[in-house]
Amino acid sequence: MHTKTIAQLGKALRSKEITSVELTQHYLDRIAELDSRYNSFITVTPEIALAQAKAADERLANGDTSPLCGIPIAHKDIFCTQGVRTSCASKMLDNFIAPYDATIVENYQRAGAVMLGKTNMDEFAMGSSNETSYYGPVKNPWNTNCVPGGSSGGSAAAVAALLAPAATASDTGGSIRQPAALCGLTGIKPTYGRVSRWGMIAFASSLDQAGTLTRTAEDAALMLNTMASFDAKDSTCVDQPLEDYTTTLGDSLAGLTIGIPEEYFGEGLHPDTAKAVQAAIKTYESLGAKTRSISLPHTDLAVPAYYVIAPAECSANLSRFDGVRYGHRCDEPKDLADLYKRSRSEGFGDEVKRRILVGTYALSAGYYDAYYNKAQQVRRLIKQDFVDAFKDVDVILGPTSPSPAFEFGAKTQDPVAMYLEDIYTIATNLAGLPGLSIPCGMVDDKPVGLQLIGNYFAEGKLLNVAHQFQLATDFHQQLAPATA
Amino acid sequence: MEWEIVIGLEIHVQLATQSKIFSGASTAFGADANTQACAIDLAMPGTLPVANEEAFRYAVMFGLAMNSEIGQRSVFERKNYFYPDLPKGYQTTQLEEPIVGPGVIDIELANGETRSVRLHHAHLEEDAGKSLHEDYQGMSGIDLNRAGTPLIEIVSEPDMRSAEEAVAYLKKIHSIITYLGISDGEMSQGSMRCDANVSVRLKGEEKLGNRCEIKNINSFKFVEKAINVEAERQIEIIEDGGSIAQETRLYDADKNETRSMRSKEVANDYRYFPCPDLLPVMLDDDYIAAIKSTLPELPDAKRDRFVSEYELSAYDAGVLTTDRATADFFETTARESGEPKLAANWVMVDLAGYLNKTDTALKDCPFNAEQLAGLIRRIKDGTISGKIAKQVFEGMCNAEGNADTIIEARGLKQVSDTGALEKMVDEVIANNQAQVQNYVNADEAKRPKMLGFFVGQIMKASKGQANPQAVNEILLKKLNEQ
Repeated sequence: MHTKTIAQLGKALRSKEITSVELTQHYLDRIAELDSRYNSFITVTPEIALAQAKAADERLANGDTSPLCGIPIAHKDIFCTQGVRTSCASKMLDNFIAPYDATIVENYQRAGAVMLGKTNMDEFAMGSSNETSYYGPVKNPWNTNCVPGGSSGGSAAAVAALLAPAATASDTGGSIRQPAALCGLTGIKPTYGRVSRWGMIAFASSLDQAGTLTRTAEDAALMLNTMASFDAKDSTCVDQPLEDYTTTLGDSLAGLTIGIPEEYFGEGLHPDTAKAVQAAIKTYESLGAKTRSISLPHTDLAVPAYYVIAPAECSANLSRFDGVRYGHRCDEPKDLADLYKRSRSEGFGDEVKRRILVGTYALSAGYYDAYYNKAQQVRRLIKQDFVDAFKDVDVILGPTSPSPAFEFGAKTQDPVAMYLEDIYTIATNLAGLPGLSIPCGMVDDKPVGLQLIGNYFAEGKLLNVAHQFQLATDFHQQLAPATA
Repeated sequence: MEWEIVIGLEIHVQLATQSKIFSGASTAFGADANTQACAIDLAMPGTLPVANEEAFRYAVMFGLAMNSEIGQRSVFERKNYFYPDLPKGYQTTQLEEPIVGPGVIDIELANGETRSVRLHHAHLEEDAGKSLHEDYQGMSGIDLNRAGTPLIEIVSEPDMRSAEEAVAYLKKIHSIITYLGISDGEMSQGSMRCDANVSVRLKGEEKLGNRCEIKNINSFKFVEKAINVEAERQIEIIEDGGSIAQETRLYDADKNETRSMRSKEVANDYRYFPCPDLLPVMLDDDYIAAIKSTLPELPDAKRDRFVSEYELSAYDAGVLTTDRATADFFETTARESGEPKLAANWVMVDLAGYLNKTDTALKDCPFNAEQLAGLIRRIKDGTISGKIAKQVFEGMCNAEGNADTIIEARGLKQVSDTGALEKMVDEVIANNQAQVQNYVNADEAKRPKMLGFFVGQIMKASKGQANPQAVNEILLKKLNEQ
């Protein structure tokens, strides 16, 4: 049962082959039995899950045909869930029970989906290996000596280990796509503004966007159909008509033009990853797509610009964690300064502190123009690169990350090496474009991710381009060892 | 040495919107602590701000009233600092692209002179909560009801040269915001708060002296006192050979002194940057024009109209239009009574005197403008004399009702009945034969003066209720018959 996709499970539920309660219990049992290997969940919510499953079964019995009705899913612990701890994988929020639901959590509830629990992640979504979590690292189901990627490592590991058919996630610089690549999943980061940020704990507000991790592009379409909405509570949400992303899944790729940015195949790319991506290009050509080389000339500036803008925004976004109203408070503060200093020093981990310090510095008097302003100028140039490229091509294709999953500790001592994990994904966030990653091969028995980048609000096209690849290949059907 | 004081004011005005600037929580004053603070105001994780359109409308109204440019693109920024009553750890405010650009207004001084004060800009921002240090031993309380209340901060150029000018400017701003109805302007409740930047220099000197900012002055009177005492302090230091350190100071009303609040060493670097949760707000010409068409008549225009329409003096019109409620009260009284000059007198002298003496706000006055007009109509139609009217007015102040009711109840109606008056005149003539003989023997030219004695006797006999004009006529006729 747990090897089935959402599309298949939905049919089984609607045809009464199985009930949501049975399905939910099955996944809860798997989590209880197997998750000690992966540490993919921070909080499991069996009571809520079974109550929601029961309600879903009633809806199904009444003929409800919503595609997600009765489907168990997991939420990244960055999304507020009413009455349930929402920790953002930080000691700071270890005791925080959210008083309200994130909009996307509400959307899934309304659709009849069942919440299994909250998944592990890098602390405040800052990291590319899920090693910065207060609740310990997440292990990659393909090789438990390796990282699952980050920051949505828990969501990726849970889906790859078949502990949930799908999970929500968030992506600020690659936090959905890179774990998808390292865990052999389909991960989509929609256009900035397509999905509400209300209730998603902010890391870098102008870059953060919620998305999904699933095993297929078809499942991603089903998940995104429910996640996407216009939300007046988020001023950056765009009032764009909603689409049914499944309706374009049958479109032919004949006549499609795929751009291959030369800058995405330079130094630092693992040769075997490059080979897998080149093979994928051949597959697309065989499906009728045209490919052409393009240039995104400011690609090498994406990582430096990102590591000014994202920390600058985070330095302000995380100021609210001050030990005054909720969250961690130090014992016996002497005075106000001591309360702030110790609560924050104790509550935040090293990577979060590093980024707050970098961001504070970048915004300081005398440095603002040289760093923050300059980075914003670079951001405009990067966006323009894409705007120009999309005049000639329909989608852009390249690797998701430079190499497959690496071992624990391999990059923790070298922040810059860790930051380069997101070298191919960060520009998409800076430009606000949708991007996704699908599996396209194996290197050393570890999955390789193929990244597809679409134009603004072209999620439908992007998902179909991924879906057509999955109709022609079986990389997405391979399962991590010892999971089936 | 003659010194010149240079003053610029930063005025914070709470906008009278129903809800907060970035959340739906109520802004009503006086609720129990923390009952008007929602998840957004508490800066709960994952919450996001949504700008309140009404706050923009109010800010645009203010900008138009100040003859300012309206920023067609306005941007919110984050001003970062830690304080317990600032839940997000930053204040959302405007810096580079404020909603209201430069403007200018005229202020009138007591000596009749006019001075122009330039507005540097005005911007929208959110208020912080309140820290309560008094009721908690060894601890501080925090009330976040005020957190997120919309403010406009109105920043003037350093164009004022005396405390009097500063107060006149502040009163003018107060007058404009209350006319517009965008704030209740209650300084005592913190709806309008003032920071004064004060420096001194020798008269004729071009360069500005180092300034001190006096924070949070909460009445017109204190603004005047704080500026004067601060200027004296600075002059004294310079005259003693010292120099002024630029700093923030606090005015202590009890001791009538300013004292240092924050030293320069701990000056914050606020690290402003555009708030990524709020997109730039674009206001188009149509939006601004639509607001312009709804602006009420403003104090200066009303004053000019009162002068031309009601033939009031510029001074009287100025006094009557400082406050919109007073202007409206006057205008209704004038229209209902048909006697603008009498109405102006009654409002400025008697009504103002009563409100002042009893410390009553006009809105709590026991009678309304229609009722005051009713009183004036009775003077006009001869039912009562001006003198009796004062008694009737007293009755109205005691909430005894309409003028007619009081005249009736107190029996104050003027006696105009010829028969009754003739009888009184006859009696007075009979009882004062000596004076009558004097009158009869006097020159024609001296007689009018002598008539006053008889009128006085008759008024006395009638307890003031005799119609003086009728008395005059009858008296003249009867005396001439003697």
